[in-house]
Amino acid sequence: MVIEHIDAQIPGAILDRHDFRGDQTIVVAKETLLALVDLLHGEGFQFLVDITAVDWPERPNIQGGGAAGRFDVVYHWLNLASQERLRVKVPVADGATVPTLTGRFKTADWFEREVFDLFGIRFEGHPNMKRLLTWDDFPGHALRKDFPLDGGDVFCMEGCTAPYNNGERGGE
Amino acid sequence: MAELDINDAVMTTRLDAVVNWGRKNSLWPMPFGVACCAIEFMSMMSSKYDLARFGAEAMRFSPRQSDMMLILGTITNKMAPVLRTIYAQMAEPKWVISVGVCASSGGMYRTYATLQGVDRVIPVDVYVPGCPPRPESIIYGVMKLQEKIEKESLSMRKDHIARFYDSLARQESIQAEKGLTSQQTIREMLMDAGERGVGTIF
Repeated sequence: MVIEHIDAQIPGAILDRHDFRGDQTIVVAKETLLALVDLLHGEGFQFLVDITAVDWPERPNIQGGGAAGRFDVVYHWLNLASQERLRVKVPVADGATVPTLTGRFKTADWFEREVFDLFGIRFEGHPNMKRLLTWDDFPGHALRKDFPLDGGDVFCMEGCTAPYNNGERGGE
Repeated sequence: MAELDINDAVMTTRLDAVVNWGRKNSLWPMPFGVACCAIEFMSMMSSKYDLARFGAEAMRFSPRQSDMMLILGTITNKMAPVLRTIYAQMAEPKWVISVGVCASSGGMYRTYATLQGVDRVIPVDVYVPGCPPRPESIIYGVMKLQEKIEKESLSMRKDHIARFYDSLARQESIQAEKGLTSQQTIREMLMDAGERGVGTIF
Protein backbone atom coordinates (compact mmCIF):
# COMPACT_ATOMS: atom_id res chain seq x y z
CA MET A 1 0.00 0.00 0.00
CA VAL A 2 1.10 3.50 -0.79
CA ILE A 3 0.78 4.80 2.77
CA GLU A 4 3.39 2.30 4.02
CA HIS A 5 5.70 3.48 1.24
CA ILE A 6 5.22 7.11 2.28
CA ASP A 7 5.97 6.20 5.88
CA ALA A 8 9.11 4.39 4.81
CA GLN A 9 10.43 7.03 2.42
CA ILE A 10 9.38 10.30 4.12
CA PRO A 11 9.24 9.36 7.81
CA GLY A 12 7.06 11.64 9.88
CA ALA A 13 5.36 13.23 6.87
CA ILE A 14 1.92 11.88 7.72
CA LEU A 15 0.52 13.91 10.60
CA ASP A 16 -2.80 12.09 10.75
CA ARG A 17 -4.61 9.40 8.82
CA HIS A 18 -7.93 7.71 8.65
CA ASP A 19 -9.65 5.12 6.56
CA PHE A 20 -13.38 5.03 5.87
CA ARG A 21 -14.58 1.93 3.98
CA GLY A 22 -11.33 1.71 2.08
CA ASP A 23 -11.10 5.46 1.42
CA GLN A 24 -7.62 6.48 2.52
CA THR A 25 -7.07 9.97 3.89
CA ILE A 26 -3.78 11.41 5.09
CA VAL A 27 -2.92 14.81 6.52
CA VAL A 28 0.47 16.31 5.69
CA ALA A 29 2.15 19.63 6.39
CA LYS A 30 2.51 22.00 3.45
CA GLU A 31 6.32 21.86 3.79
CA THR A 32 6.34 18.16 2.85
CA LEU A 33 3.67 18.43 0.14
CA LEU A 34 5.98 18.69 -2.88
CA ALA A 35 8.15 15.75 -1.77
CA LEU A 36 4.99 13.73 -1.20
CA VAL A 37 3.62 14.61 -4.64
CA ASP A 38 6.83 13.44 -6.30
CA LEU A 39 6.62 10.19 -4.40
CA LEU A 40 2.96 9.68 -5.27
CA HIS A 41 3.62 10.39 -8.92
CA GLY A 42 6.33 7.73 -8.93
CA GLU A 43 3.94 5.29 -7.25
CA GLY A 44 1.42 5.70 -10.06
CA PHE A 45 -0.92 8.30 -8.58
CA GLN A 46 -0.82 10.30 -11.80
CA PHE A 47 -4.41 11.48 -12.07
CA LEU A 48 -5.16 14.55 -9.92
CA VAL A 49 -8.94 14.29 -9.69
CA ASP A 50 -9.70 17.44 -7.73
CA ILE A 51 -8.37 20.17 -5.50
CA THR A 52 -10.76 21.80 -3.10
CA ALA A 53 -10.71 23.32 0.38
CA VAL A 54 -12.68 23.32 3.63
CA ASP A 55 -13.18 26.34 5.87
CA TRP A 56 -13.08 25.66 9.64
CA PRO A 57 -13.85 29.10 11.13
CA GLU A 58 -13.80 27.72 14.69
CA ARG A 59 -10.18 26.55 14.39
CA PRO A 60 -7.58 29.08 15.62
CA ASN A 61 -5.90 30.72 12.67
CA ILE A 62 -2.33 29.88 13.64
CA GLN A 63 -0.06 27.29 12.18
CA GLY A 64 2.56 25.02 13.70
CA GLY A 65 2.81 23.37 17.10
CA GLY A 66 -0.24 21.18 16.70
CA ALA A 67 -2.48 24.03 15.48
CA ALA A 68 -3.72 23.55 11.96
CA GLY A 69 -4.92 26.96 10.79
CA ARG A 70 -8.26 27.91 9.37
CA PHE A 71 -8.39 25.95 6.10
CA ASP A 72 -7.80 22.44 4.83
CA VAL A 73 -6.73 22.20 1.20
CA VAL A 74 -7.88 18.80 -0.04
CA TYR A 75 -6.29 16.89 -2.94
CA HIS A 76 -7.74 13.77 -4.50
CA TRP A 77 -5.56 11.39 -6.45
CA LEU A 78 -6.39 8.29 -8.49
CA ASN A 79 -3.94 5.58 -9.41
CA LEU A 80 -5.13 4.58 -12.87
CA ALA A 81 -3.22 1.28 -12.85
CA SER A 82 -4.39 -0.06 -9.49
CA GLN A 83 -7.60 2.02 -9.19
CA GLU A 84 -6.52 3.11 -5.71
CA ARG A 85 -7.64 6.51 -4.49
CA LEU A 86 -5.91 8.76 -1.97
CA ARG A 87 -7.10 11.94 -0.29
CA VAL A 88 -4.45 14.33 1.02
CA LYS A 89 -5.34 17.20 3.34
CA VAL A 90 -2.99 20.12 3.88
CA PRO A 91 -3.91 22.47 6.76
CA VAL A 92 -3.17 26.10 6.07
CA ALA A 93 -3.74 29.33 7.97
CA ASP A 94 -5.64 32.28 6.51
CA GLY A 95 -3.10 34.47 4.73
CA ALA A 96 -0.53 31.68 4.34
CA THR A 97 0.33 30.17 0.96
CA VAL A 98 0.48 26.59 -0.29
CA PRO A 99 3.04 25.44 -2.91
CA THR A 100 1.50 25.07 -6.35
CA LEU A 101 1.29 21.70 -8.11
CA THR A 102 1.15 23.22 -11.61
CA GLY A 103 4.72 22.08 -12.27
CA ARG A 104 3.70 18.42 -11.91
CA PHE A 105 0.01 18.48 -12.91
CA LYS A 106 -1.34 20.79 -15.62
CA THR A 107 -4.85 20.32 -14.30
CA ALA A 108 -3.85 21.95 -11.01
CA ASP A 109 -3.86 25.35 -12.76
CA TRP A 110 -7.63 25.91 -12.80
CA PHE A 111 -8.26 23.89 -9.62
CA GLU A 112 -5.94 26.18 -7.70
CA ARG A 113 -7.46 29.27 -9.27
CA GLU A 114 -10.90 28.06 -8.18
CA VAL A 115 -9.70 27.49 -4.61
CA PHE A 116 -8.12 30.94 -4.61
CA ASP A 117 -11.31 32.49 -5.99
CA LEU A 118 -13.71 30.90 -3.53
CA PHE A 119 -11.52 30.60 -0.39
CA GLY A 120 -8.78 33.19 -0.82
CA ILE A 121 -5.94 30.70 -0.37
CA ARG A 122 -2.93 31.69 -2.48
CA PHE A 123 -0.72 29.13 -4.22
CA GLU A 124 2.95 29.96 -4.27
CA GLY A 125 4.53 29.74 -7.73
CA HIS A 126 1.26 29.56 -9.65
CA PRO A 127 1.75 31.14 -13.11
CA ASN A 128 -1.62 32.95 -13.22
CA MET A 129 -3.13 33.42 -9.76
CA LYS A 130 -6.37 35.14 -10.83
CA ARG A 131 -9.99 34.45 -9.98
CA LEU A 132 -11.58 31.73 -12.07
CA LEU A 133 -15.36 31.93 -11.52
CA THR A 134 -16.33 35.28 -10.02
CA TRP A 135 -15.32 38.58 -11.55
CA ASP A 136 -11.94 40.18 -10.89
CA ASP A 137 -13.11 42.78 -8.35
CA PHE A 138 -15.65 40.54 -6.58
CA PRO A 139 -15.78 41.53 -2.91
CA GLY A 140 -14.61 38.68 -0.66
CA HIS A 141 -14.35 34.94 -1.21
CA ALA A 142 -17.69 33.24 -1.61
CA LEU A 143 -17.19 29.82 -0.01
CA ARG A 144 -15.77 31.12 3.26
CA LYS A 145 -18.27 30.43 5.99
CA ASP A 146 -18.36 34.06 7.13
CA PHE A 147 -19.39 35.16 3.63
CA PRO A 148 -23.14 35.88 3.58
CA LEU A 149 -24.95 33.31 1.47
CA ASP A 150 -26.70 35.94 -0.63
CA GLY A 151 -23.47 37.87 -1.14
CA GLY A 152 -24.58 40.77 1.06
CA ASP A 153 -27.46 41.52 -1.30
CA VAL A 154 -29.16 44.68 -0.06
CA PHE A 155 -32.52 43.48 -1.37
CA CYS A 156 -32.43 40.39 0.84
CA MET A 157 -32.31 42.14 4.22
CA GLU A 158 -35.29 40.32 5.70
CA GLY A 159 -35.03 36.63 6.35
CA CYS A 160 -31.33 36.45 5.48
CA THR A 161 -30.11 33.40 7.35
CA ALA A 162 -26.51 33.16 6.23
CA PRO A 163 -24.46 31.23 8.79
CA TYR A 164 -21.90 32.88 11.07
CA ASN A 165 -23.23 36.40 10.72
CA ASN A 166 -26.51 36.11 12.65
CA GLY A 167 -28.47 37.38 9.71
CA GLU A 168 -26.60 40.68 9.69
CA ARG A 169 -24.95 42.21 6.71
CA GLY A 170 -21.27 41.50 6.83
CA GLY A 171 -18.51 39.43 5.37
CA GLU A 172 -15.71 41.07 3.54
CA MET B 1 -70.58 53.10 -62.51
CA ALA B 2 -71.88 52.43 -59.05
CA GLU B 3 -71.56 55.14 -56.51
CA LEU B 4 -68.86 54.56 -53.90
CA ASP B 5 -69.97 55.10 -50.33
CA ILE B 6 -67.11 56.63 -48.37
CA ASN B 7 -68.13 54.68 -45.26
CA ASP B 8 -67.43 51.37 -47.02
CA ALA B 9 -63.94 52.42 -48.17
CA VAL B 10 -62.53 54.36 -45.21
CA MET B 11 -62.31 53.56 -41.55
CA THR B 12 -61.31 56.07 -38.90
CA THR B 13 -59.16 54.97 -35.96
CA ARG B 14 -56.44 56.21 -33.66
CA LEU B 15 -52.81 55.97 -34.72
CA ASP B 16 -51.90 54.08 -31.53
CA ALA B 17 -54.57 51.49 -32.18
CA VAL B 18 -53.60 50.71 -35.75
CA VAL B 19 -49.84 50.68 -35.13
CA ASN B 20 -50.19 48.55 -32.04
CA TRP B 21 -52.47 46.14 -33.93
CA GLY B 22 -49.60 45.65 -36.35
CA ARG B 23 -46.98 45.34 -33.62
CA LYS B 24 -48.83 42.80 -31.53
CA ASN B 25 -49.39 40.45 -34.44
CA SER B 26 -45.82 40.47 -35.74
CA LEU B 27 -43.60 39.92 -32.73
CA TRP B 28 -40.14 38.60 -33.61
CA PRO B 29 -38.96 36.54 -30.65
CA MET B 30 -35.36 36.09 -29.59
CA PRO B 31 -34.68 33.32 -27.08
CA PHE B 32 -32.18 34.20 -24.36
CA GLY B 33 -32.02 30.53 -23.43
CA VAL B 34 -29.72 29.69 -20.54
CA ALA B 35 -31.49 26.83 -18.74
CA CYS B 36 -34.30 24.26 -18.88
CA CYS B 37 -36.98 26.87 -19.73
CA ALA B 38 -35.34 27.02 -23.16
CA ILE B 39 -36.32 23.38 -23.72
CA GLU B 40 -39.97 24.29 -23.10
CA PHE B 41 -39.50 27.21 -25.48
CA MET B 42 -38.34 24.83 -28.25
CA SER B 43 -41.50 22.82 -27.73
CA MET B 44 -43.57 26.00 -27.82
CA MET B 45 -42.05 27.10 -31.13
CA SER B 46 -42.37 23.75 -32.89
CA SER B 47 -45.37 22.07 -34.46
CA LYS B 48 -47.33 20.77 -31.47
CA TYR B 49 -47.82 24.13 -29.70
CA ASP B 50 -46.83 26.35 -32.65
CA LEU B 51 -46.31 29.97 -31.69
CA ALA B 52 -46.78 30.86 -35.40
CA ARG B 53 -50.52 30.90 -34.66
CA PHE B 54 -49.89 34.18 -32.82
CA GLY B 55 -47.85 35.80 -35.56
CA ALA B 56 -44.54 35.26 -33.76
CA GLU B 57 -42.95 32.51 -35.83
CA ALA B 58 -39.98 34.55 -37.11
CA MET B 59 -37.49 33.48 -34.45
CA ARG B 60 -34.14 35.23 -34.69
CA PHE B 61 -30.96 34.56 -32.78
CA SER B 62 -29.66 38.07 -33.31
CA PRO B 63 -30.89 40.90 -31.09
CA ARG B 64 -30.67 43.28 -34.09
CA GLN B 65 -33.45 41.38 -35.86
CA SER B 66 -35.89 40.79 -33.03
CA ASP B 67 -38.18 42.80 -30.78
CA MET B 68 -39.39 40.34 -28.15
CA MET B 69 -36.79 38.84 -25.85
CA LEU B 70 -37.74 35.75 -23.89
CA ILE B 71 -35.41 35.22 -20.94
CA LEU B 72 -35.42 31.47 -20.45
CA GLY B 73 -33.47 30.50 -17.37
CA THR B 74 -31.20 31.53 -14.51
CA ILE B 75 -29.31 34.78 -15.01
CA THR B 76 -26.16 35.00 -12.92
CA ASN B 77 -24.64 38.26 -11.71
CA LYS B 78 -21.79 37.59 -14.11
CA MET B 79 -24.27 37.42 -16.99
CA ALA B 80 -26.15 40.63 -16.06
CA PRO B 81 -23.98 43.05 -18.12
CA VAL B 82 -24.33 40.75 -21.15
CA LEU B 83 -28.11 40.73 -20.77
CA ARG B 84 -28.17 44.53 -20.63
CA THR B 85 -26.00 44.82 -23.74
CA ILE B 86 -28.18 42.40 -25.67
CA TYR B 87 -31.35 44.20 -24.62
CA ALA B 88 -29.79 47.49 -25.73
CA GLN B 89 -28.98 46.00 -29.14
CA MET B 90 -32.54 44.91 -29.91
CA ALA B 91 -34.64 46.69 -32.51
CA GLU B 92 -37.13 49.21 -31.11
CA PRO B 93 -39.84 49.03 -29.96
CA LYS B 94 -38.94 46.04 -27.81
CA TRP B 95 -40.56 43.90 -25.17
CA VAL B 96 -39.27 41.39 -22.62
CA ILE B 97 -40.91 38.27 -21.23
CA SER B 98 -39.29 36.77 -18.15
CA VAL B 99 -39.96 33.04 -18.37
CA GLY B 100 -39.78 30.90 -15.23
CA VAL B 101 -39.06 31.67 -11.60
CA CYS B 102 -35.26 31.92 -11.98
CA ALA B 103 -35.47 34.81 -14.42
CA SER B 104 -38.35 36.43 -12.54
CA SER B 105 -36.98 36.33 -8.98
CA GLY B 106 -33.87 34.17 -8.78
CA GLY B 107 -36.12 31.22 -7.93
CA MET B 108 -34.51 28.63 -5.73
CA TYR B 109 -31.05 30.13 -6.26
CA ARG B 110 -30.82 32.65 -3.45
CA THR B 111 -27.06 32.95 -3.58
CA TYR B 112 -24.25 35.39 -4.22
CA ALA B 113 -23.99 34.11 -7.80
CA THR B 114 -27.55 34.60 -9.03
CA LEU B 115 -29.31 37.78 -10.08
CA GLN B 116 -32.48 37.96 -7.96
CA GLY B 117 -34.78 38.78 -10.85
CA VAL B 118 -33.90 40.20 -14.28
CA ASP B 119 -36.28 43.12 -13.68
CA ARG B 120 -33.54 44.65 -11.55
CA VAL B 121 -31.39 45.30 -14.59
CA ILE B 122 -33.74 45.45 -17.60
CA PRO B 123 -37.44 46.37 -17.91
CA VAL B 124 -39.71 43.31 -18.02
CA ASP B 125 -43.24 43.37 -19.46
CA VAL B 126 -44.63 39.94 -18.64
CA TYR B 127 -43.60 37.33 -16.06
CA VAL B 128 -44.41 33.67 -16.63
CA PRO B 129 -44.36 31.57 -13.43
CA GLY B 130 -43.32 27.91 -13.36
CA CYS B 131 -40.20 25.82 -12.95
CA PRO B 132 -40.12 25.40 -15.87
CA PRO B 133 -43.46 26.66 -17.19
CA ARG B 134 -45.23 24.43 -19.70
CA PRO B 135 -45.41 25.62 -23.32
CA GLU B 136 -49.06 26.60 -22.78
CA SER B 137 -47.97 28.93 -19.98
CA ILE B 138 -45.39 30.65 -22.16
CA ILE B 139 -47.98 31.04 -24.94
CA TYR B 140 -50.32 32.56 -22.37
CA GLY B 141 -47.52 34.97 -21.48
CA VAL B 142 -47.17 35.96 -25.13
CA MET B 143 -50.95 36.47 -25.34
CA LYS B 144 -50.79 38.69 -22.24
CA LEU B 145 -48.02 40.69 -23.90
CA GLN B 146 -50.22 41.09 -27.00
CA GLU B 147 -53.02 42.45 -24.78
CA LYS B 148 -50.56 44.84 -23.20
CA ILE B 149 -49.24 46.07 -26.56
CA GLU B 150 -52.81 46.63 -27.75
CA LYS B 151 -53.48 49.00 -24.86
CA GLU B 152 -50.20 50.92 -24.63
CA SER B 153 -49.43 54.31 -26.14
CA LEU B 154 -46.56 54.77 -28.58
CA SER B 155 -44.88 57.58 -26.67
CA MET B 156 -45.00 55.71 -23.36
CA ARG B 157 -43.18 52.75 -24.90
CA LYS B 158 -40.58 55.11 -26.32
CA ASP B 159 -39.99 56.81 -22.95
CA HIS B 160 -39.87 53.44 -21.23
CA ILE B 161 -37.00 52.32 -23.46
CA ALA B 162 -35.26 55.71 -23.25
CA ARG B 163 -35.05 55.35 -19.45
CA PHE B 164 -33.11 52.15 -19.94
CA TYR B 165 -30.63 53.84 -22.29
CA ASP B 166 -30.06 56.51 -19.64
CA SER B 167 -29.15 53.84 -17.11
CA LEU B 168 -26.78 52.23 -19.62
CA ALA B 169 -24.98 55.55 -20.09
CA ARG B 170 -24.82 55.94 -16.30
CA GLN B 171 -23.37 52.42 -16.00
CA GLU B 172 -20.67 53.22 -18.55
CA SER B 173 -19.69 56.46 -16.86
CA ILE B 174 -19.49 54.82 -13.39
CA GLN B 175 -17.45 51.99 -14.87
CA ALA B 176 -14.97 54.35 -16.53
CA GLU B 177 -14.80 56.64 -13.50
CA LYS B 178 -14.15 53.93 -10.89
CA GLY B 179 -12.27 51.50 -13.12
CA LEU B 180 -14.48 48.53 -12.18
CA THR B 181 -15.53 45.47 -14.12
CA SER B 182 -19.02 45.68 -15.64
CA GLN B 183 -20.27 43.06 -13.17
CA GLN B 184 -19.07 45.04 -10.17
CA THR B 185 -20.51 48.24 -11.64
CA ILE B 186 -23.97 46.67 -11.88
CA ARG B 187 -23.57 45.27 -8.38
CA GLU B 188 -22.74 48.71 -6.98
CA MET B 189 -25.64 50.28 -8.87
CA LEU B 190 -27.95 47.61 -7.41
CA MET B 191 -26.64 48.19 -3.87
CA ASP B 192 -27.14 51.92 -4.32
CA ALA B 193 -30.67 51.40 -5.66
CA GLY B 194 -31.44 49.15 -2.69
CA GLU B 195 -30.22 51.76 -0.20
CA ARG B 196 -32.54 54.29 -1.83
CA GLY B 197 -35.42 51.82 -1.64
CA VAL B 198 -35.70 51.47 -5.42
CA GLY B 199 -36.01 48.00 -6.88
CA THR B 200 -34.26 48.61 -10.19
CA ILE B 201 -31.22 50.31 -11.69
CA PHE B 202 -32.94 51.76 -14.76
